[in-house]
Parts: sequence; C-alpha cells; structure tokens
Amino acid sequence: MELLTHKSEDGPEIVILHDPAAFTASFGWFVATGARDELSEVAGVSHFLEHMVFKGTARRSGEDVNRELDHLGAQSNAFTAEDSTVFYASVLPECQAQAVDLLTDIMQPLLREEDFETEKQVILEEIAMYDDQPPYGAFERASELFFGDHALATRVLGTTESVADMTVAQMREYHRQRYTKDNMFLIASGNINASQLIDYVEEACREWPKHKTISRPHVKPKFYFGEELIERESTHQHYAVQVWPGVDCNHPERYALRLLCSILADDSGSRLFWELIDTGRAETAAIWPQMLEDCGCLLGYLCCAPEDAEENEAIQRRVIEQTLREGVTEKEIQLARNKITSSLILSDERPSNRLFALGQAWFNRRSYEPLDVVLSRYAAVTADDIMSIAERTLRSDSAIIKVVGPS
Amino acid sequence: MNQKLLHRQFDNGLVLLGEHMPWLRSSAFSFLLPAGTCYEPEGHDGLAGMTSEMVQRGCGQLDSRQFLEELDYHGIERSSAITTTHSSFSCAMPTEVLGHALKLYSDLIRRPHLPAGQLEDARALGMQDLRALDDEPSHRCFSELKRFRYSQPFGRISQGSEEGLAAIDIGDVQEFFGVNYKPTGSILAVAGNFCWDEVCELLDRELGDWGGEPARLLPPLRSTYGSLHVDHASNQTHLALAYDSASYESPEYYEARALVGVLSDGMSSRLFSEVREKRGLVYSVFANCFSLAGKGSVLCYAGTTTNRAEETLHVLIETVQSLGQGVSLDELNRLKNRIKSSLVFEQESSAARSSQIASDWFYLSRVPDRDEVCAKVDALSCESLLDHFQCNLPKNFSLVTVGSQPLELPSGIVDAQE
Repeated sequence: MELLTHKSEDGPEIVILHDPAAFTASFGWFVATGARDELSEVAGVSHFLEHMVFKGTARRSGEDVNRELDHLGAQSNAFTAEDSTVFYASVLPECQAQAVDLLTDIMQPLLREEDFETEKQVILEEIAMYDDQPPYGAFERASELFFGDHALATRVLGTTESVADMTVAQMREYHRQRYTKDNMFLIASGNINASQLIDYVEEACREWPKHKTISRPHVKPKFYFGEELIERESTHQHYAVQVWPGVDCNHPERYALRLLCSILADDSGSRLFWELIDTGRAETAAIWPQMLEDCGCLLGYLCCAPEDAEENEAIQRRVIEQTLREGVTEKEIQLARNKITSSLILSDERPSNRLFALGQAWFNRRSYEPLDVVLSRYAAVTADDIMSIAERTLRSDSAIIKVVGPS
Repeated sequence: MNQKLLHRQFDNGLVLLGEHMPWLRSSAFSFLLPAGTCYEPEGHDGLAGMTSEMVQRGCGQLDSRQFLEELDYHGIERSSAITTTHSSFSCAMPTEVLGHALKLYSDLIRRPHLPAGQLEDARALGMQDLRALDDEPSHRCFSELKRFRYSQPFGRISQGSEEGLAAIDIGDVQEFFGVNYKPTGSILAVAGNFCWDEVCELLDRELGDWGGEPARLLPPLRSTYGSLHVDHASNQTHLALAYDSASYESPEYYEARALVGVLSDGMSSRLFSEVREKRGLVYSVFANCFSLAGKGSVLCYAGTTTNRAEETLHVLIETVQSLGQGVSLDELNRLKNRIKSSLVFEQESSAARSSQIASDWFYLSRVPDRDEVCAKVDALSCESLLDHFQCNLPKNFSLVTVGSQPLELPSGIVDAQE
C-alpha cells in the first residue's frame, strides 16, 4: 500500500491510500464542520445541510444524484458529527471517474427553497424517531449538562424548534462559510487511479469559492457535573448515560485509554461484563472514549430493569473504584490488546474501512500511521500507563442523565 | 477472484462448505444448527435462545470465563443468533487461529457444561432482551408482525415470551440441546484464507463421530391477514406491512427480489423517492424479502409522526402497486449494477461470504457462484418483471402498527386474499 498526498496552491488537499490489489475503490469528502461550528439559532444546520447536499447542483437534479449513485452500484452515505461532516462512496475501480465527479459536484449544492422545506420534514421525522428510541435523548442531554454553554453541547440534529425555524438563507450562508477548499479534503482508498483523481479534482474545484474559512475558535471547554432525570411514559427499562473527562484525539495516552475501556467495560469479557451482563443483571453496561480535537470524554451507558438500577449503579461504582485502587493485571492487558489487534486487522481488510481510518487520522493530525505502527503503539502500553489515564478520567466527577418510567 | 465451492458431506449428516479467499488475512465461519424457535416445545418460547446462551457458558475443559478468555486471547470475534429454523454461531479471526476456533466451537456444540447454577443468569438476560424490545418500537413492530402473521410455531420470536422464559428449567435446556444440536441439518461454512484439507482433517477428528438426527415434525405454515395495533406512547407510528411473494427457493425468486429492489434498493428506489424524497413523510422506509417454511413475503417498514401515518400507509401501498405500471429499463439497469457490485463487495469480507454460503445451502442445498448470479440478474427484463408482478399481484396483507393511534388496511387491500 502506498500513501500519496497532493495539495496545490488553491485546491483542496487530496490523500490517497493506494492498494493495487483491492477489488474496490472508496472516496470521501471530509469537511471540517459540525455541530460545534453552529450558532444556537441554527443548531442542526450541519446535519440538515448534509441531507441537502444530495438535493442537486447546477449540473444535476436531486433525482439525478440518487439515480447516478445507484447506477454506479455505489455503497454510499454521509454522516455528521460534532466536528465533521463526511460524504463517501465505494465503487468498483472502473467507476472512479464518475463517482468522483458526482461526489465533488454535490459539495456545491444549489440549496433550492422547495427542496429545503420538504427535507425539513424528513429531519423533523428523524428527530422524532430518535426521540422514540432508547435512551430517548439521554446522550444529547448528558452532553449539554457536561459541556454547559460550550459549542460542544450543541445537538447534532438540532432541536425541533431550531430546525423548524431555520431558513434556507441561513443554510446558504453556513455553506458558503464552511464548505471551502481549505476546510475540506478528499480521501481515496483502495484501487485508485491517482493521476486521474488528482487531475480531475484540481480542475473541478477551480471554480469553487476562494475565500478562506474562519478558523474554529478554540475555547477550552469547562466541564460540569451533576445528575438529571428524564421521565418517559413508555419506558420499560432504566437507562443511564454518564460522562467523565477524557483526552483529546492526539493525546499520547489515547491507546492506554482504549485498553482501559476494553478491560473495564467491553461488551464481552470485561470487568463490567462479568459483573453485570454475564449475571443477567443488566442488558448493557459499556464505557468508551470520545476524542475530539481539543478535549475528550468517556461515555458510560447502562441499561437494566428499573428495580435493579440502584444496585447495578452501585456495582458499577465499585468496579471502577476497585480498578482505581488495585490496577489492572498483565493478563487483562494482553487479552484487551489481542482483541483490539484482531479487530483492527479485520477492519483493515476493506478499503472502505481504511477510508475512515485514514480520514479520521488526517482530520486529527494530518498524518497517517499504517496498521502495523498502530498495533505497535498498543503493544507498548504498560499497566502504569493504563492506571495513569484511569486516574485522570474515572477519578473525576461526572455528569449523569437517567431515563426512568413514570414514578 | 476465482470462486470454487468446497463441499464435504459427513456420514453423520453434517455439511461442511468452504470458499477460498486467498487475498484476505482473515477467515470466518458460520455454523448453523437446526435448533431454531420453531422447534421449541409449546409454552417454552425463548428456549432456543436460552439454550444458546447456556452452551456458551463453558464447554470441554473450559469454564465460562476460560472459554471467553480463550476467544479474546486469540482475537476471535464472535456472535450468536437465533432464527425460526436455526441457532447459529459465527466467528471471524486472523486466519492462523481458525483451527483453534473450530476446536473451541466443536466443544461448544458437543460438550457444553450447561451449568444449572447459571440458569437464572441466562433467564435474567433473556428478560432484559424482551424488555429492551418493548422499548424499541421500530423493532417491536416486526416482532409483533411475525407473531401476528405466522401460525405457531413459526410466529415465535427469538426473544421468546415472558411466560415462556419463566417456565424453562435446566431439564428443558438439556433436552432442547440433546434433541436439536445434531449433525443432521447442521451446516458449517468456512470462508477466507485457509487450507481446506487441514479444516477437513480437524473436523474429522472433532465432529466425525458426532451423531444423531433431530426428530422434525412441524405443522404446515398458515398465515393471518388483516391488521393489528399495539399501543405505545411514541411520537411516531411504526408501520410493518407484509404481503405474499416468491420464497428464496422459488425459481421466480430473482424476479420477486428485483421488484423489491425497484421498491427499496438505493436512494433512487421508489419507496425512498415517493415516501421520503418527494413528500418528506419519513426518515426511514424500506422493503425486503423474507422466506419462512417455503413461503415468501415482502416486508415493508415506515416510521412517521402519528398525524401523517394514514397518508404514509396510503403512499406506501400506492407505491407497491405502481409496480403494475411496469419497471423502466433505467430502473432495471441501476438495480443490476447494484446487485453485481454488491457481489464484489462481498469478496472483501470472509464473515459476509461464510454467512451467505451457509444461508444459500440451507435454502437451496447448493451455493450459486457469482457467475450464476450475474447470469440470472442479466436475464431479468422489464417484461419478465411486469409479467411476474401481474401473475403474482400483492395479496394476503398483514399490517402491524406500533404507536399511539391504530391504522386499518384500506378495504381494497384487506380483501386482497386468496
């Protein structure tokens, strides 16, 4: 596999992980914009815009976009997060030119008012759908509690009110500010014709707006702790979401943190698994890291019968305290390391998975480490490293949201 | 990407299948055992799932914890599932540990400890799954649809029922295991970068002297038509709609599957276009094919806020019926491209391929290779699809709604029965 990067003076950056033996080719535009870049009156605009990007350009109607993607036999989609919006398609290598033309064209959508109003209804349905699903907005509310008035508290989908009130003019302005050449890059992975790709994208992006994106303001978040309840009429289970401070996505201790979470709260074979899942006390008990550019957190999720909630939460606290007091064993580290290693090897087999690994790494640090280097980072983690990061995360206070049925 | 199916029929009835994928670093297997929910004794709904849970709690020389640690130590990713017909165990792993994983799972299906002391834990886990299903209306509508549409024992769901789970004792688990975890009717499919001779040799040793044939006495499948509402305090009404179609075994399955593809494969498909893109009625809408006991159905889903549920059902049905106006050449070509490229994507995953091989063998007693599938897809025409639709008009509808207001099938639809 070969890593190629290309950046001309006024074009977007292109990063290619070429694997001549691959059967497929994956392409993705990664845009450095997400919920944290929104003003409160347009909360949800990044995600709404992600939908609108598929609704047509100067060269294509929305129907054309959908038809062409299907005609290419593409496996394609898009997603929006706190700090990024990503559009991707995987195709057979012979479809590269058409797939890249389409994906690149839709980055400059027309944003027609009529489409905007119809799609608004879809977004409102999406909000209603997630609000019906466990844990009923508890993650979003936990973020709001934890991050307080910081932009990271913004809900990715926005709220029913912010989406209903949004205007197409606001979205056009947001697009103009954020979808610029210096705020996005193209990742390609698999069997790629690199020269064709670079030539095409250079030419296609020549007419894109030339202004510079205003950098994201880096206001150090302050973390808030406490506990809140959400009452839901139809809830049969008890749900609890917990947030502790974590580390940012470039922090050298991120490998140790992932091993800690695997040992403590993986869905199988972890300390919480043996205490809560294997015993049938809970349906889910998990803790995992979320790492962002300038900060991070640990997210915990517990789902169990309401009558067992108090006892289970006490067990979870005990397991965490015991871990902080007594540390982790070499055997546990070995098992967690082997599990993560295998999972990374299996995932790395698909060019489409490598696209996301490369894209995320490029977002985070403008560099990419091949799989074997990543595996060596995990191999180098010691028990002391794990306990050091455990102390700095799980020892802290946390924000907790519990979802309960009618009392 | 040469494809060759490797096949070995053991004297005891076990079918071993394999496909080389030498470009991968991994191997994977899917092990289907004839121990699905339709073989549960009456009043013990959930026994297949509880037995599956119990066999994973220690086997051979290893107790429950040692077994899981062994899997983790070797980086073996695993899952288990229950369907109407099978209990299945699937694993994916770096290819060098395939032999070890097959040994571990040979112990699991032949020599589980079934520790009586952990029965209550397994039961509690089952109850958790049931309650979680009650909280998830978009999944619940399909569970309720299965119960409503299909006669017993085919209408049982993998999670069972509260009464069923409560009634199970360790003797029931031992008996279900003893009767159903048998080589006759079992299918083990391996895919990836592995040595076939080594796998055959290993399984000869591990499973060659495994014996037994489960007694299979099932009544014919009957279907219930009409509508059912489940009250649930939610923003959206979740619709699950089923109607008759060709089953996976049918010679006309490709036509039936293609029509569902026109409805639901991709963003230019008719349901996505009509229900979501043009009208903004839903975020999620789809249809797929489902086969059970030789009978096929199309299952459709849409989730929409309650005040728009009636309109959504109307547009959903209208879109299904629009197939009667024919399929355009452009639609058909898009569908063909999607199917063909998905066959290439499948070659990037040993887990996906082993699962497809096992499933094909169960339904067809053979595994069509990519060339055969492509030839069948190429043979589809606008005329053959229209002809199939007109000869097999959607009928025998079942509708389940989960939400705060009931919906009824329109009269022309409710009457469309055999």
